[in-house]
Amino acid sequence: MGEKVRVRPDMPPGHIRTPAYLRGKIGVIERTLGPFPNPEQLAYRRQGEALPLHRVRFTMAAVWGAGAEHPTDTIEAEIYAHWLEPV
Amino acid sequence: MPHDHHEHLSPSRHPFRADNDVPLTYWQAMEIAVRELLIEKGVTTAAEISGQIDTMDARTPANGAAVVARFWTDPAFRDAMRTDASAATREMGFDIGPMKLIAVESTAELHNIVVCTLCSCYPRNLLGLPPDWYKSRAYRARTVREPRSVLAEFGVVLPTSTQVRVHDSTADMRYIVIPARPAGTQDWTQEALAALVTRDSMIGTGLAKSPKALA
Repeated sequence: MGEKVRVRPDMPPGHIRTPAYLRGKIGVIERTLGPFPNPEQLAYRRQGEALPLHRVRFTMAAVWGAGAEHPTDTIEAEIYAHWLEPV
Repeated sequence: MPHDHHEHLSPSRHPFRADNDVPLTYWQAMEIAVRELLIEKGVTTAAEISGQIDTMDARTPANGAAVVARFWTDPAFRDAMRTDASAATREMGFDIGPMKLIAVESTAELHNIVVCTLCSCYPRNLLGLPPDWYKSRAYRARTVREPRSVLAEFGVVLPTSTQVRVHDSTADMRYIVIPARPAGTQDWTQEALAALVTRDSMIGTGLAKSPKALA
């Protein structure tokens, strides 16, 4: 718990399970799960590469900036390893 | 039945609902075609399909309520849920299948709420079919953006000293909220406690009922 990561800011086409509102945002890894097969490959009937799945915790301030409803509230989401880069 | 001038109302005084006389959508037609082909080719049977629908309909939030009540009262089970909630609930007869379950615990300091912004992921083995609003664009979009406003519309107003934590169920995990155990229930049995656990309290859009609410 605690490693700081940034979600890749990319917007590629295809079946992506990284929510768009979290792309480019910085959070910390809460726990690591998996490995699970990559859904971006499974969606096209390819063999899904086994990837770690990280639960990443973001503050509302990090996600919504000055428009956050309550800046210290938090959001956690599951993000596949290839969508995260170290900060 | 007296015929008065309210001919657009049913005998029970509700407006008649229009018949669903619209063409099938592409995917509705496709579902029927695939289902009929699978039956025709002997891959499955109509009885098997209705049996599966029955199984799905038979799962209700009572499953989840039993899990929560046991979590509140049985320390060994609580530890097992924290280590591996899929295995602990499977042992109770509520198999989650290939998905994995995480139990998130709410307290006076932390309130958990679950949403699936991408689709409608939901712990059906414990809660049954999701309510329609869970799949609505409004709930999915607003819960990550303004969870306190959403909670207030469900009648849950939290002090700013309570942190709200939104769980966006984006991938392989499913979430059940363990609501805070209501005060004044120290000596209650698991069965009595389960009656306090509502569906919404396990999604996080509600709290467990207080003993007063049952009286």
